[in-house]
Amino acid sequence: MNTEAGDGLLFLLRIPARANRLKLIRAAVTEAASLCGCGPECVSELVLAVDEACQNVVRHAYKNGASGDVVVELFRVGNHLEVRLTDFAPTVDPASIKPRDLKDLRPGGLGIHFIRELTEHAGFVAPPAGAGNQFLMRKRIE
Amino acid sequence: MTILAEEKQGVTIVSLSGEIDLQTSPEVRKSLLTHLEQGKDLIVDMHAVGYIDSSGVASLVEAYQTARQEGLRFSLAQVGQGAMRVLQLARLDRVFTIHATVDDGLESLKPAGG
Repeated sequence: MNTEAGDGLLFLLRIPARANRLKLIRAAVTEAASLCGCGPECVSELVLAVDEACQNVVRHAYKNGASGDVVVELFRVGNHLEVRLTDFAPTVDPASIKPRDLKDLRPGGLGIHFIRELTEHAGFVAPPAGAGNQFLMRKRIE
Repeated sequence: MTILAEEKQGVTIVSLSGEIDLQTSPEVRKSLLTHLEQGKDLIVDMHAVGYIDSSGVASLVEAYQTARQEGLRFSLAQVGQGAMRVLQLARLDRVFTIHATVDDGLESLKPAGG
């Protein structure tokens, strides 16, 4: 396994939470996860999970025309990668975010299901001072 | 993201290429729904789709449901490994008709006995 990257912060990206910035986030996550020795499948899964979580910030945290930044931080912690997404939107009630029943065929509602399927851990944590929400995801490097 | 459409044997074939994400999925959704308005069965050629997320999947689901409501057949063809993994995660690989090739899809849409 390639272990070029040791423990600690791999990157921090603060950018406007907009749909046209998601490609940039995916590229950064791809490169950093590869640097840590993640295989192609692991990289793809992490990229999709981070993309879905960022979409939630773009679509749901900053809603009704509001705009703001998202901070994407990727850390290596032992044999895991840890992603912290911080936004500056009003605080979200975690209980309001539920995956839909997959038997209920309709467009939408899949993002949180993907995140849970693709990571070992995902959930809101206490945001730093001045932030609205922080979402933490952890994925094993494999 | 590039969207190309053609008609073969009375079937609309929409070929998608590139990355289908929150930015590009509205264009995909609009294209699929607009082509379905022509009242023809539709095959989506997915072979050049390098990435698809839940918003892209939602566009496919909406087109699938619209087609069913209109009595049209909607299917996917040449779904790459990455896109297939996403469809599997959404359990949609069991819902969508997925053909190995566009020609296979066209063959399956031929009238019985024709």
